Amino acid sequence: MNGAEVKPSGADVKADAVHPRPALTPGVRFGRVSFVWRPWIACVTLLLAAAAFLVFCLSIGVGDFPISVPRVVATLFGRGEQVDEFVIMDLRMPRALAGLVVGSALGVSGALTQAIARNPLASPDILGITSGASAVAVFLVTVSGGTAAVIADAVGLSAAALAGGLGTGLLVYFLAWRRGVDGFRLILIGISVSAAMQAITTWLLVTADIRDVARAQAWLVGSLDNRSWDEVRVAVWGTLALLVVVTCVSFQFKPLHFGDEIAAGLGVRYSAVRAVLLLCAVLLAGVAVSAAGPVPFVALVAPQVAMRLARCPTPPMAASAMVGALLLIGSDLVARTALPVSLPVGVVTAAIGGPFLVYLLVRANRR
Amino acid sequence: MTTTAVARPTPGGTTKARRKRVVGLGVLACLLVVAGAASLAVGARALTPAEVWHGLFAAPDADQRLTEIRLIVRTVRVPRTVLAVVAGVALGVGGALIQGYTRNPIADTGLLGVNSGASFAVVSGIALFGLTDPFQYVWLAFAGAAVAGVVVFGLASIGRGAGNPLTLALAGQGVTVFLAAMTTAVALTDKASLNALRFWNAGSVAGVGFDVIWPVTAFIAAGLVLALTTLPAVNLLNLGDDVARGLGVNVALIRTVGIVSITLLAGAATAACGPIAFIGLMVAHVARYLTGPDYRWLVPYAGLLGAVILLVCDIVGRLVVRPSELDAGVLVALLGAPFFAALVWLGKFKNA
Repeated sequence: MNGAEVKPSGADVKADAVHPRPALTPGVRFGRVSFVWRPWIACVTLLLAAAAFLVFCLSIGVGDFPISVPRVVATLFGRGEQVDEFVIMDLRMPRALAGLVVGSALGVSGALTQAIARNPLASPDILGITSGASAVAVFLVTVSGGTAAVIADAVGLSAAALAGGLGTGLLVYFLAWRRGVDGFRLILIGISVSAAMQAITTWLLVTADIRDVARAQAWLVGSLDNRSWDEVRVAVWGTLALLVVVTCVSFQFKPLHFGDEIAAGLGVRYSAVRAVLLLCAVLLAGVAVSAAGPVPFVALVAPQVAMRLARCPTPPMAASAMVGALLLIGSDLVARTALPVSLPVGVVTAAIGGPFLVYLLVRANRR
Repeated sequence: MTTTAVARPTPGGTTKARRKRVVGLGVLACLLVVAGAASLAVGARALTPAEVWHGLFAAPDADQRLTEIRLIVRTVRVPRTVLAVVAGVALGVGGALIQGYTRNPIADTGLLGVNSGASFAVVSGIALFGLTDPFQYVWLAFAGAAVAGVVVFGLASIGRGAGNPLTLALAGQGVTVFLAAMTTAVALTDKASLNALRFWNAGSVAGVGFDVIWPVTAFIAAGLVLALTTLPAVNLLNLGDDVARGLGVNVALIRTVGIVSITLLAGAATAACGPIAFIGLMVAHVARYLTGPDYRWLVPYAGLLGAVILLVCDIVGRLVVRPSELDAGVLVALLGAPFFAALVWLGKFKNA
């Protein structure tokens, strides 16, 4: 399936972020699986992956006990020294891995949401996950005593917030369900539910004690500070499992861009495919919240940036994952090394991601 | 008209549809008057219509109780009623227009960066200059909103494809994201601005006097006049830029005027009330459902609906948690969301 527009050669019309391609791109086939071989997208994705890995190693190396990148790589492959092994594997790995996993999860979640809704402003933030998790977390932080204290003591803030987020996400999902999930209905319902949750959060913050507000605000931005293996493990396995599902189903996904009728004609069960992928988007966003809190904007910005770098007409999954990972680990690195005050990673991702998206837009327009 | 003649289509649909729309406008206007009257009578202290009348129009006299009523009506209820109407109209019209100019059904008045620009200006003012008086915030917030709107439109207008809907929407999103991050950064490092930010974020029509309301109303009136001049052209723009050009629309000029008007409307409303999200988006869809895609009808409907909804939410906010109050901005989302979601679920809205 070639989803890109094929331009007549010699035409000087050039759509935003789409390059003219020869009409016949060679397909690659392994038994029952086949895909279109597009060198440019493959190259961009590989380069992004390499950059993400490099920043990942840099991030592990930075700290009170600096370790050079070659030593980090050696240790990762089990050939490092004992000291490095301890520092990296026990102390720094969870944080870096959380960044990697949360970034990719958010990137893919955003790409799925935007592709299904066919709307570049759609992001998992409007699927209700982040707003639901935030409302629960702020409730637990600002309302002292009673039920809140019982819940907070019993399951912990992150777990309760995650439950709230997934509950809200599933609520949106089922409210939008009416003989299948329709992208347009989903985003409008999602926006409504998110708006209500945000209003609750706002109100809780207004009535709270200022000390609690600072704590709640810090949680609301998302952070990678002091992650332990226990908090990261679930996120890593969860993300991996979900990415496998997305990879398997995404072969069926491309035709959906042509509309439901054509997809059905091509033998795609569009309703089931859309439902599964949306559920994956919801769960991926949930996994990200579980490891880092509601990091804003990565899911919104990453697919749009990846689209423009890979020159794709639709959000590319793998490239979005890499951009998300790069953005999150890179921001974490910047937050730890370059900034005079310590800021949560969520603030830095937005401060870097927003302008970069604008830069890409302006560059595309000026050509 | 004889039955054999073919009825010529009148502009704006058939006469029957037209009559329906005019009646609808009348109904909305009546609702607005009723809500306005209720807004004067209802509050922490319930007043009879006679007392409200006295408070509005009577000359000052020695009676202690009547003087008190006069004070409540004139300095508390009249200003917040006027502001709710003015801001509601502005946000409704702004919401309908931003969806028209970005051709995106999930665009809201905050998309041009007015909310995040205003919030950033407010927290910066508090952190840098130690502002404490909400009256000082207003102009700072308006300046922040206006600058953000100009920056977004400027960035989206560079080069070819200037100001096309997709670029405008994404540039707005990018700038909003950046400003929101900066706002959070300031608020996390400065406790005073964090404290002010949470109250500012709630979005309320209370607590502002006429010294602020009149200038804000002037800006909104200017925005409305500009907006109304562009309505016929917006209809053509929604057929696509090329078609609009072919029909003689100066696309760049109309876009510029349109975005300036949205910035004035949403910026002034946000400066006076704080960010009130969701109302613009909701009202735009409901108005489109009631009138169809003709912006000459859709926009007036959206304005009146916005005013009615904001007034009703403000009144409800005064009643639910007596003796304290819930902010109108919070209630807009809490009350509006279930209604809106129900309408969505029933399939009332088309993908515009």
